[in-house]
Amino acid sequence: MTRWRDGLAQIRRYPSAVVGLLIIALLLATAIYAVTAIPYSEAQKLWRGGDAWQELPVNASPVWTDRIRGGEAPRTITASSDEVAVEREDLGAARLETTTLEVDFPYGDFPSEINLFLEAEFEQRQPFTRVHWRRPDGQEIPIEARRVGERDRFSISQDRQLESRLGFAPQIGLLTDAEPGTAEPDVLQGTYQLVIETVHFEEDARLHADLVVYGQVHGAFGTDHQRRDLAVALLWGTPVALAFGLLAAVGTTVTTLIIAATGVWYGGWVDAVIQRLTEVNIILPLLPILVMIGTLYSTSIWLMLGVVVVLGIFSAGIKMYRSMLLPIRQAPYIEAARAYGASGGRIILRYMVPRILPVLIPTFVTLIPTYVFLEASLAVLGLGDPVLPTWGKVLHDAQAQSALYHGFYYWVVSPAALLMLTGLGFAMLGFALDRIFNPRLRSL
Amino acid sequence: MASAAPVSRTASLLRDLRYLGVFTAKRVIALLLTVLVGVYLTILIANMGGQVDELRMAQIQGEVAEQVRGDPAFQDLDSEEREELMQRQIDLEVERLRLDEPFILRSFDYLRAAMTLDLGRAEQMHSDAGSRQVYNIIVERLPATLLLFGTANLLVFFVSVFAALSLSRRYGSRLDQSVIGLAPTSAAPAWFYGIFLILIFAFILPLLPSGGMVSVPPPEDPWAYAASVIRHMALPLAAMFIAQIFISIYSWRTFFLIHSSEDYVEMARAKGLPDALVEQRYILRPTLSPIVTSFLLMLIGLWSGAIILEQVFNWPGLGTLLFEAIGHRDTPVIIGSVVIFAYLLAVTVFLLDFLYAILDPRVRIDGGQR
Repeated sequence: MTRWRDGLAQIRRYPSAVVGLLIIALLLATAIYAVTAIPYSEAQKLWRGGDAWQELPVNASPVWTDRIRGGEAPRTITASSDEVAVEREDLGAARLETTTLEVDFPYGDFPSEINLFLEAEFEQRQPFTRVHWRRPDGQEIPIEARRVGERDRFSISQDRQLESRLGFAPQIGLLTDAEPGTAEPDVLQGTYQLVIETVHFEEDARLHADLVVYGQVHGAFGTDHQRRDLAVALLWGTPVALAFGLLAAVGTTVTTLIIAATGVWYGGWVDAVIQRLTEVNIILPLLPILVMIGTLYSTSIWLMLGVVVVLGIFSAGIKMYRSMLLPIRQAPYIEAARAYGASGGRIILRYMVPRILPVLIPTFVTLIPTYVFLEASLAVLGLGDPVLPTWGKVLHDAQAQSALYHGFYYWVVSPAALLMLTGLGFAMLGFALDRIFNPRLRSL
Repeated sequence: MASAAPVSRTASLLRDLRYLGVFTAKRVIALLLTVLVGVYLTILIANMGGQVDELRMAQIQGEVAEQVRGDPAFQDLDSEEREELMQRQIDLEVERLRLDEPFILRSFDYLRAAMTLDLGRAEQMHSDAGSRQVYNIIVERLPATLLLFGTANLLVFFVSVFAALSLSRRYGSRLDQSVIGLAPTSAAPAWFYGIFLILIFAFILPLLPSGGMVSVPPPEDPWAYAASVIRHMALPLAAMFIAQIFISIYSWRTFFLIHSSEDYVEMARAKGLPDALVEQRYILRPTLSPIVTSFLLMLIGLWSGAIILEQVFNWPGLGTLLFEAIGHRDTPVIIGSVVIFAYLLAVTVFLLDFLYAILDPRVRIDGGQR
């Protein structure tokens, strides 16, 4: 054990190892935070998309990109009818309710979209709703008037009629006092009002309204084409990546080592069979086989992990371990173990494998990012786990939506930066460990 | 080794060639056996869900239906009789292909077909020339992959070996330190750097094309065509170079440092031999075989990375083909690609074994006379 403690104590002498350890600690902390903050099932549900995200803008950049550019881009503003008083007026058979939603718009750029979400409660007759937009300069713009269903929405920014009346796309025209046709209209800052007049035909009928003026930036990581907050995928990608990398690295190195030791200990035909299997395995192309299995059976991350481990058992590493183990086989302490009657299994597991474990540690640490990137590679190919959010899947979505072409750099940069961070963290630690545990390199 | 008489030189050359021939033959047989086992495993994996059989059944049914409908001799049969006829023909075909037999017997048939590169017909994809044969589809894409990966591997290999040699001479210098510091960047694969290179050099500064192999439409003039290919190759090459170069320099440097502290090298230095001579004769020559071995391992690693790099750069090679095949769920093409990849790996292993044999004198004196 002292050898291990010495090794760990030496890590402090390598600045790159310390940085690597810090990065790994940070990733681990993120992973633990992600798992506790968003439970597994919750993460899956969120990533499936849908209504949970309807109040987020599409393809919004992270807030920090806006800070760099000068801070003009609008954030998302919501106004709900729950927060304002309703004016009621009795019309005999019907009832007129007027709700005024106020939005304070102080930004220098136009919103990306405007939607009004309506929920109506009624028994038989749908309420009739008329919506006006009131600009800070007092001008009123009628938007739409129609019956409202139980769960309805006015997609104001997609209203073609409104667009032709305004001379601009609605999300621009509603927020400017420029003449129609102006090339670069200016935002009219101030308080806007959306007046919702509803005629209810039933005693208990109610209308609930949410106005969402979508911004151009959102949160620390932005959103994707399905309005999903990338923070969920980037957060949850951390435990998935670490778990996959760690399990695959443990699975392949430990089994490889045990098999190499078995071959060396028993020798003869056992060794020969292991050697030939290794040669066959070198020829089997791992990635195409994974692709084939992903296409024919399932892309579950756990199946992929299993295949990686199974194909990794007879990896080229066996040859290396074998050459390290061969001299150990003749060592006197093994002879002593035989003399007291230790079985083959005991000698392999208790005497041979532990002897070269330290040499294995650096390889093991540097293997982890290889598998993290393998998972990302599969996801980029479209063979990512169907339900789990991972970094690779974010990259895949970005690639599929031509994010770079459209200028959504954040979409590619943040998952890539996390992947790179993971790779660098483990590689830096691994390289330093390599020098610590392999004495031959220490003097270099 | 010192006997230099002309007659015995010819004799020893002949002897060397003979041993080399025997060695080559042994290796070819061994590798064929490994490919055989590898391909058989692939078939087993691909067939686990009975996929291959279902494919063949569908193919037979399609072919029989087409044949019966297209034959004027059967035109005036009513539909019931025609159904019966088709069923009879399908049964015959099933019997001919022995689809009614257990899989284990037939798996050897599949193995023979795959080994002889009879890869069957694609379901949906076709080659640019219009062929539906999986073999033609794959062969059409092979040169693009070989061009890109051959160039990249050779470039990385030679640059890293010579850079490492010169660094090992100046070990401890600032340049040496910075290369070691950069080595962990190789943890990321080439496609990863590819994304950033595309971002920078194709979108932010539009200097180079973001993907493809030649511009559209391809230039008529062969020189212009070559220039276009080189322009398109620049970014993927750079991506592979960045991803590989530091780690290979690092490992070669360590390797050369270990070997340049051997006693015989110290001795040569002490004799006052020039550095270049010491490097060539005392460091490079004895270490050539391990160098070649690690080149082989690097090649194997890069083959597998090919798929994604090609996809990212839209390079029309085997990797992109495999990716498209996934998109179409075109199983015969996927299985065919795996087989071809296995063959490519085997050829790589063989070529390097052969080089190894030429470089390593122990193989030549295999006969044991010395």
